[in-house]
Amino acid sequence: MTRQDILTLLQSVADPEIPVLSVIDLGIVRDVTVSREGVEVSVAPTYTGCPATEVIERMIAATLERNGFENVTIKRVLSPPWTTDWLSESGRRKLVDYGIAPPAGRAGKRSLLAPELRIHCPRCSTDQTTRVSEFGSTPCKASYKCDQCLEPFEYFKCL
Amino acid sequence: MGKDEALLDYVLRLGDNALVLGQRLSELVTQAPELEEELANANFALDYIGQARLFYSYAGELEGKGRSEDDFAFLRDGNEFRNVLLVEQPNGHFGDAIVRQFLFESFYALQLEALTRCSAARVAEIAARAVKEIHYHLRHVSQWLVRLGDGTDESHSRVQQSLDDQWRFTGELFAADEVDDEFEREWNGPRLAEVEKRWNDEVDAVLADATLMRPAAQWMDGGGRRGRHTEHFGYLIAEMQFLQRAYPGARW
Repeated sequence: MTRQDILTLLQSVADPEIPVLSVIDLGIVRDVTVSREGVEVSVAPTYTGCPATEVIERMIAATLERNGFENVTIKRVLSPPWTTDWLSESGRRKLVDYGIAPPAGRAGKRSLLAPELRIHCPRCSTDQTTRVSEFGSTPCKASYKCDQCLEPFEYFKCL
Repeated sequence: MGKDEALLDYVLRLGDNALVLGQRLSELVTQAPELEEELANANFALDYIGQARLFYSYAGELEGKGRSEDDFAFLRDGNEFRNVLLVEQPNGHFGDAIVRQFLFESFYALQLEALTRCSAARVAEIAARAVKEIHYHLRHVSQWLVRLGDGTDESHSRVQQSLDDQWRFTGELFAADEVDDEFEREWNGPRLAEVEKRWNDEVDAVLADATLMRPAAQWMDGGGRRGRHTEHFGYLIAEMQFLQRAYPGARW
């Protein structure tokens, strides 16, 4: 098995909080190295306190072990820090289909503080939406409601 | 003090500030005045505990005695914690908690910004990650400070009192000792005098928006960074460490 096979395999490892996204969509798998000693997967955490980080690391290791790899090590890399720019295009589409508005704009040094961008409703796609709370059910999301179709929805914050 | 010793001390101080404020904010969960603040407090606490873990893991590697992040959090006595006194102050009422977080984070954001440029690569990496989270918190608590200060007569007078009560803990944030000096010299660490200047400007701007009076220059409390804490701290760690003290090595 090659590096590419492993990356393909990792497309089946879902984020436990947002199961529609794989770790590849999320852009947190930074590197895979295969050597005689085993496999090393480099993973970048999203938020520092995200409780999913360790679950994801264990899921990656378990998936590889189930597929016959031995000596799987997970290396946590902080630099360069993960930003929402690492989300893949397909990941963004999957988020919309799942009912979560994807990050608007590009990540920057103070992107969480960017002037209020218009966030589109993932259901009816209007930009007539209102922020209900800067925080949500996980560190990466804020809570919104749509003023047109009236559905509440979550927004994946640009980080 | 040697270069490596200063680095370890500095990292532990960062970890202790983050853990202790994270613990205080966790205590607020189920106590918030509205649901959105419930989410905010839980998220703040999570960010802080996450940051503490990163600092403690690194401290464990630097120390080289095999101590884990949990060992630092749960198995040290009160006088081994080096957090500033401000972060251990009790939650009090909502205005007290907002003022405490505002005073600390307006400093911590500047400290982290400076740390992204330090030459201790791992600290710079953690700071680059953490600074974005703290800016987001700071915006939120600044908005609350304005809402309370420029709100009703009742909210104004109570939050002014919170500010007056906690002001004496702000001096410690900028009182450079040999750890800060060594860290600045050897690792291109933050220049506290510059940080203080920016902090003053930023705090004054928010206080003006909030129609709050900056408390007069006064005697400043301190000693937390050397392990000398206020009476509230013992209760905080007694609760935080209870499980590991009562059932050493317990896991789930």
